[in-house]
Amino acid sequence: MSTRIDTNPKLTQTVSPRNEATYLQMVWRRFKRHKLAVASLIVLGCLYLIAIFAPLLSTHDYRAVEPEIRLQAPSSEHWFGTDDVGRDIYSRILHGARISLSVGFVAAGFAVLVGTIVGALAGYFGGVIDDILMRITEIFMAFPTFFLLITVVSLLPRSIFNIMIVIGLTSWPGLARMVRAEFLSLREQDFTEAARAIGASDRRIIFRHILPNAMAPIIVSTSLRIGGAILSESGLSFLGLGVQEPFPSWGNILNRGRNFLRYAPWITMAPGLFIFITVLCFNFIGDGLRDALDPRLKQ
Amino acid sequence: MLRYLRRRLLQMLIILVGISLVSFSIMHIAPGSPVDLLVERNAPQSEKDRIAHIYGLDKPIYVQYFKWLGLVIRGDFGRSFISGEPVLKMILDRLPYTLYLNLVVAIVIYLLAIPIGVISALKQYSWVDHAVTLFAFIGQAMPTFWLAMLLIYFVAIPVPWLRTSGLATYGVNVHTTPFLEVVIDRLRYLILPASVMIFTSIAGLARYMRSSMLEVIRQDYVRTARAKGMSEHTVNFKHALRNALLPIVTLLGFELPILFSGSFILEVIFSWPGLGLVAMRAIGQRDYMVIMAFNTIGATLTVIGTFLADLLYVAVDPRIRYD
Repeated sequence: MSTRIDTNPKLTQTVSPRNEATYLQMVWRRFKRHKLAVASLIVLGCLYLIAIFAPLLSTHDYRAVEPEIRLQAPSSEHWFGTDDVGRDIYSRILHGARISLSVGFVAAGFAVLVGTIVGALAGYFGGVIDDILMRITEIFMAFPTFFLLITVVSLLPRSIFNIMIVIGLTSWPGLARMVRAEFLSLREQDFTEAARAIGASDRRIIFRHILPNAMAPIIVSTSLRIGGAILSESGLSFLGLGVQEPFPSWGNILNRGRNFLRYAPWITMAPGLFIFITVLCFNFIGDGLRDALDPRLKQ
Repeated sequence: MLRYLRRRLLQMLIILVGISLVSFSIMHIAPGSPVDLLVERNAPQSEKDRIAHIYGLDKPIYVQYFKWLGLVIRGDFGRSFISGEPVLKMILDRLPYTLYLNLVVAIVIYLLAIPIGVISALKQYSWVDHAVTLFAFIGQAMPTFWLAMLLIYFVAIPVPWLRTSGLATYGVNVHTTPFLEVVIDRLRYLILPASVMIFTSIAGLARYMRSSMLEVIRQDYVRTARAKGMSEHTVNFKHALRNALLPIVTLLGFELPILFSGSFILEVIFSWPGLGLVAMRAIGQRDYMVIMAFNTIGATLTVIGTFLADLLYVAVDPRIRYD
């Protein structure tokens, strides 16, 4: 391998990079073929930059109430118009991006963490542990997700942290079942047997041997779940149960627009479009990752 | 099969007990006591104790739980803390309207999605196929409440014939108006909320049908049928389609909880007088008995639906046997 006897420069250029490509490079190469996923990655990158630099990019104070300029249509002064108390919607959407995007990340991260641990333990140990964990999973799966979500959120003190945790808590069961299925098949494989034969501890086998092999579906599902969590948060805020004013989130800007749809549709249009595009991007990226990480899953 | 049924029923029982525990604890995760809801803000402690005693809220929690569970098993969900009405009656009064909306939607979705999925599979990678995929992504990412508002603004406002709130025009019913006019009147109210629900889930189901069909088409018996010289039509629709429909049939079981709680947000937006409005009001008022009932019923329907799905699967596919 280290001695390259091939002297044809053309051959070395075309063949050797493939041989030396790491797993990640291979994934990236396959991911790049999915045009929509790459475009989504770029769009999301821009959205995150917008969220980070929201204070620099916004043209007005997002909390400034000015009744004399209420319900103004988009103009060169107020790019996305103003809401019913005269706040600049463009600036509110930029700041709302911070909340909506971070809720998505934290909630999905929490769901993935819980789902992975429950699924891994159930699938690896089997037996009574599996029975108990799976019954608990099925209990939580049975509840109508969104209704359970509004129930719990409405009872707890309204804070962004509570919203993130509750969204995470209502969305882990599906992932737990998936991870369990992966573990069930992987624990029977030869490499697990080998690890056990050399005396590796259960913890080491779970985290160092099996989990890395189960990462592909977990990563794909994380991407889809971030989109789902953003949708959940916007639904909660739309019903007035999510992020509370004066803090903006895309959902609660939309909620304010509801009563002024006929006269001031711009309050509704812009935030909805941001939610839609963001969730769409996460779903496309999830799709691209599925093709890239595990080509066998491709339909 | 009997052994499988017995094990399955035991599992269901455990899950139902778990559901009742989770539903019951909802009332107790909230800070503050439910008694505060029932008395005036500045009521003296003696008044609070009296009310707590009337509602049994002064007993230990496990006593309260078993009392509640005993009633729920007999179909009694208690009385609303706010209106005093029996909770079950509140639900049954509104259930028909929610079922009506969701059933119409489910029928339309299945009737349209199955043929679309089949076409999409038979013409894989054609423009139809790509359009279905794109639609599935759009439907999945679209916030239903935003789509509802888009339809109201771009369709209902220019076309005032369509109604955006309620379920029927007051006084228009089969006793006063010709039948056809009643149907047309109901459609004016139904079209918008139903369209939103159909739009957001139809492509997903079509994709499901597509992959089921694709899987069947590659099977040996389909190739054999084709090799025997059967017409493409017979092969696709007699041999392939009938088998590809099997997984779809089992989906019907999962429809059960959706019929109950699938339209809550839309009912709020379109002032549809169904369960969603009752549920949302109960949440706003912290009407615990109602909230607990909704969660319990919704979860129980999921468990029953999943069980039905399993049974349906055995019923329609003789290759599957549980031992």
